[in-house]
Amino acid sequence: MKLVFDIPSDFDAGRDVQRRVVEQVVLHKFEADSVFAIRLALEEALVNAIKHGNRADPTKKVHIEALITSQRAEILIEDEGPGFNRARIPDPTTHPNLNRPSGRGILLIEAYMTTAKWERGGRRLRMVRDNTPLELPQTKSGTG
Amino acid sequence: MAESIPPLSVSQSKDIRIVEFTSNKILDEANIHQIGQALTALIDERPNPKLLLDFSSVDHLSSAALGMLLNANKRVKERNGQLRLTNIKPQIYEVFVITKLNKLFRILNTRAEGLASFTQ
Repeated sequence: MKLVFDIPSDFDAGRDVQRRVVEQVVLHKFEADSVFAIRLALEEALVNAIKHGNRADPTKKVHIEALITSQRAEILIEDEGPGFNRARIPDPTTHPNLNRPSGRGILLIEAYMTTAKWERGGRRLRMVRDNTPLELPQTKSGTG
Repeated sequence: MAESIPPLSVSQSKDIRIVEFTSNKILDEANIHQIGQALTALIDERPNPKLLLDFSSVDHLSSAALGMLLNANKRVKERNGQLRLTNIKPQIYEVFVITKLNKLFRILNTRAEGLASFTQ
């Protein structure tokens, strides 16, 4: 199943794409952890494209392609912004960035997807999630 | 106009405000902004605020929601208060672990543990 969308720089339109892609992922019997991961990565990627890429410019579009099989979901998201250099994005898990209220979207995309690559100078994200459990950090509840 | 459901449900135990989220998704900016405003109002109600955020209804959250929680934490500290998080489901707790925010927030497994963790 291949879905293709061209949407304006609008969060509601982004959310509609998210809903339709997740619907297909569920129909293709992805396990719950994969559905959670894809929903989160899509949320972060679409917000990045609309807000940081296109700067919510209503004249700019976001192009999305989602190729979904029972084995994997491959999603491509391209904005019309200036792009960015992934290597220059600071690590949000280290001081002093840990206290900053923003800058965690890319970290979450990379953690939850099997692969995530920025192409065309950062304007296009190609991310893949295999329909298998992904090794994530130990979830042991702490007391901080 | 969209129907307006309060984003938070608030109860009290002694001087501790127990806050529950009324939506299972803390994802979109408008919703997060609304929650942030409601939390700020609770924090500003009194000096040395004590807030216990109960995540039992939350199934999804985004990095923008984490940002809102960090802002709340900062404001609580500025007012010499205490903030605790509790009842976070494993999938959501993973998000805290990946971002290392489990080290920054005080997270307790149960509401009872959360309530007991406040100091006078």
